[in-house]
Order: sequence, then C-alpha cells, then structure tokens
Amino acid sequence: MLDVDAIRRDFPILEREFDGKPLVYLDSAATSQKPNAVIDAEAEFYRRHNANAHRGIYTLGEEATEAYEGAREKIARFFGTGDPSRLVFTRGTTESVNLVAHGWARPTLHEGDEILLTEMEHHSNIVPWQLVSQATGATLRYIGLTDDGLLDLSNLGELLTERTKIFGVTAMSNALGTIPPLRQLIDAAHAVGATVVVDAAQAAPHLTQDVDALDADFFAFSGHKMLGPTASGGLIAKREHLDRMQPMFGGGDMIREVFHDSATWNDVPYRFEAGTMQVAQQVGLAAAVDYLEALGMNEVRAHEVEITRYAIDRLLEAGATVFGPKDTDIRGGAVSFWYKDVHPHDLATILNEDGVAIRAGHHCAQLVMRRFGTPATARASFYVYNTTGEVDTLVSSLAKAGDIFAF
Amino acid sequence: MALDDIYKEVILDHYKNPRNKRELPGAELRCTRNNPLCGDEITVFAHVEDGTVREVTFQGAGCSISQSSASMMTQAVTGQGVEGALALAEDFRGMMAGEAEPDEERFGDLVALKGVVKYPIRIKCAVLAWDVLQEALAGTGEATGTQAHAIS
Repeated sequence: MLDVDAIRRDFPILEREFDGKPLVYLDSAATSQKPNAVIDAEAEFYRRHNANAHRGIYTLGEEATEAYEGAREKIARFFGTGDPSRLVFTRGTTESVNLVAHGWARPTLHEGDEILLTEMEHHSNIVPWQLVSQATGATLRYIGLTDDGLLDLSNLGELLTERTKIFGVTAMSNALGTIPPLRQLIDAAHAVGATVVVDAAQAAPHLTQDVDALDADFFAFSGHKMLGPTASGGLIAKREHLDRMQPMFGGGDMIREVFHDSATWNDVPYRFEAGTMQVAQQVGLAAAVDYLEALGMNEVRAHEVEITRYAIDRLLEAGATVFGPKDTDIRGGAVSFWYKDVHPHDLATILNEDGVAIRAGHHCAQLVMRRFGTPATARASFYVYNTTGEVDTLVSSLAKAGDIFAF
Repeated sequence: MALDDIYKEVILDHYKNPRNKRELPGAELRCTRNNPLCGDEITVFAHVEDGTVREVTFQGAGCSISQSSASMMTQAVTGQGVEGALALAEDFRGMMAGEAEPDEERFGDLVALKGVVKYPIRIKCAVLAWDVLQEALAGTGEATGTQAHAIS
C-alpha cells in the first residue's frame, strides 16, 4: 500500500489553493505533477553541474556528461534493458514516434506495404504514420474497437498479414484507459514479419514495462507523465533497428566527420541526438525513476487499480456514463465519462470552481470519439498522489453541474 | 469568479432551446468550422438577398457557450444588411476580447456572453459561431475550416 499522505507531502504543487479550495489534480494522464526529488535534481544539475554534455574537456563538462549518461543507464534499466545505447533521448513519445516514422519507416516502406494501427491510438501514433503513408504509398489500416472499448480482434487475421510492415499500438489508451493484450499482439505481428512500435506514454507511469519481455521493436515513452520534467523521455529500440535508422535531425554531436558534401554519423544513440540535448530534464527523469522505484511499481499499479475502481463505481452511482472497460485488470487510471447531458467543457469549467482539474475534449484521440459518437468526453485521471477523498470531491462537484444544467 | 457570470439564465435557455437550429434548404451560403482543441462544430446556413441577411440557421454540437452563442447570433443578424452583420461580428469579437463595451440594444441577448471574458479558455467557444458566420458571408461557400488543411 502506498502511503499517499506521505507522498502528497513530496509534491509542493498540491499545497496550492484556488479561491480557498485545495487543488484536486485529476489530469495526470495529460502531465503528472513533480515531486521535490525531481525538481531538486534538475535544480541541482543547474546549480552545481551544468555544462554541455559530450563536449567539455574540463571537469564540469565531465560531470554533466556523467549525469546525462548515468540518467540514460538508469532509465534504460527501468524499462528492462541493460544496454543504454538502445535508449535514444527525445522530448517524449511524440518525437520518438516521429523519429521511427521518418528515420526508419520512410526509407523502408513501399507502395503495397501496410501500416496497421488501432482506433484507440493517440494522434501522435496516427498522424506520423499518415505522413509516412503519403510519402511511401503504404496503406493505413486500423483495428477497430468493441462497444466496451477493447480492441476488436475478431478480424485480426485479415488486418495483420504479410503486407503489414509496421504495427503501431498503445500499451494503454489515454482516452479509454484500455490496456490491450500487448504481448499477444506483438507475437502475432512478429509472426507475419511486422515491426512493432509501442506507444507507452500512458503505460510507463503506471505499469512495469520490460521492453525485452515484450519483445517490442520500438518503445516510445514520455518523462513528463511519469513524474519527470517536460521534454524528457525517449525511444528504446532493438539495436539492429537503430543501426538501420536514419537521423531525423542533423547538427552538432550527431556526426563523426563532416565534409563539404557529406558527413558520417556518430555511434548509436548519439547520431539521433543532434544539438544540445535536454540534459537537465533527463537527469530529472532519472530522479523520477528513483522515486518510482522507491515506491515500487507494483504498489503504484495497485494504488491506481484501487482508486480507479472507486472512481468508476462512484461515477456510475452518480449517473455518469463511463467509457472504456470497467474491469480494472485491463484498464488504467484514465476514466472518460459524460455526466448526464452536461457538455464536458461546461463540466470542466464548473468543476474548476471547486479546485477540481479534469480534462475535457477529444484527448487527441478523435478516432475514439468518432467511434463512440461523441465530440468530447470529460476525463479524470489518477496517479500516486490522488486519494479517494478527491474522487468524492469530484463527484459532489458533478452534482453542482447537474443542478446548473437541470433540464 | 462566480459561475453565475458564465451560466446566466439566458445562456442556458438558448442552449436548451436553441433558436433557428435547423438546416436551411436552398441556402446559398454555408460554412462549417470546428474547434480543433475541443471538437465543437458549427455549420451556419445563410440566405442573403439584395444585400440583406434574410435568414440564418445553424447546426452543430458542442458546449453551452458555443451553442448558445450560435443561437443568439442567428437572431441578432437576421434582417440585417450584410455589412451590419459583419460589423456586429467585429463588435462581438471586441466584447469577447474585453476591448469594448457592448451596445445593449444592438446586442440583445448576446450581452449575456460578456461574462465568458473572465474564462479565457472559453472565449473561443463563444466566438466559433461568429467565425463561421463571417466565413459564410464572405461567400467561401463550402469551406470546412480547419478540416481544409488536414491530411486527406
């Protein structure tokens, strides 16, 4: 069991009040709050160790490089690989997927090839593939959704064929919470020779992720959703894929030699890290990994299950419609809902008056919204610092919205 | 801030009982736009004759602010000259930008939306219908706003 009271004391932002109402932050699926350990690690880097990584011959430069590469080792190990060269640092999942799309898929795919996605993907695991499709002539296909918000795998055999070259899939839906049977899907994709790109933006903060146990070809994650700073995160890939991938950005540090007409590349992963990188942020992410490991990822998940179960029960009781699976074994802590006929925007404005921060909109998942025939949903999402008491505040604030909009 | 500033009775009334919310058969001007951030969508149909806006209707889905603003707009511009309707659109923007006080007589029910100014993120909800109206009256016809730039 997590000691949530103690955890909350580690997050200074949770002390904030709005018009005398304490902040009830229920939007961690958009970005998580940061504990002092992460804020301090980033500040400490700037106060004591700041220099450009991989450049200075002086001691301070070596310290900066050590901190940056130490972060790489720690974060790579957190995701199940002892080989830090398989981790390319990026600004997060979006940049990671784009790097695979432009650096690996565009040079590889041709007309007649297919890219298979699912309708529950975030736009960041859809739009880069549309660009690849336009550039290469490869065709996009989608695994549909059941009414319960699960992947409809009834026709997987027709969708996943030897023509499928890329299979892009989320490890946890940001709009529905759904956790797809990832390992089973990856095995099926590999059986037809497809390369798998896993969007772990939502899963990484909550579930133990082991890239090798999953056998993921590419694995994209964001640091800012797992207690780390914005612009931290990365892409973990099999070495043979990184060896073949083209750089997306040219610039300093990614080259070995530069001539008038051409250049040769630095080693993997540095060839994908052009220019001055987000050194302090990745160091901050390493501190976030320490923090999560100290809590224990099993405990983190258990807390999520408990609060999600409670939230779904209370929302249903209050008359809300909850999207996605209700079974917490196959879902995460992002709970999309409609409350009576109150539009999610109106709901979010009214809840805000009580200090309750929820997301309202399409959650960058318009294919999901279209599938369920709604332009938007309200979404409450939970993390290690949330309490069932905060769920109670959410529910009582919903009642207020119901009163204002009583039809 | 108080919720009464934004959820005034007149706004809720237009939301629950929208005026002129229907397709306008034979409308020569028509435009659809959505708010890419939230998915709110509004289509405006307009029939203009001899420089006068004879009839305006709308269809759409979205929050109370976007839909009530559309409903009030159809009432406010019907019967006006095209120039007058466009001027009202500009003045409405001015009010929503907090730059101008509304002329209560010209604005009618629209004055109620002034409270939205205190909720900056919702201002674009209020302005959406007016964007569509301006584009429709500009005669761009079947323009579909943000969708026009999307990947086919």
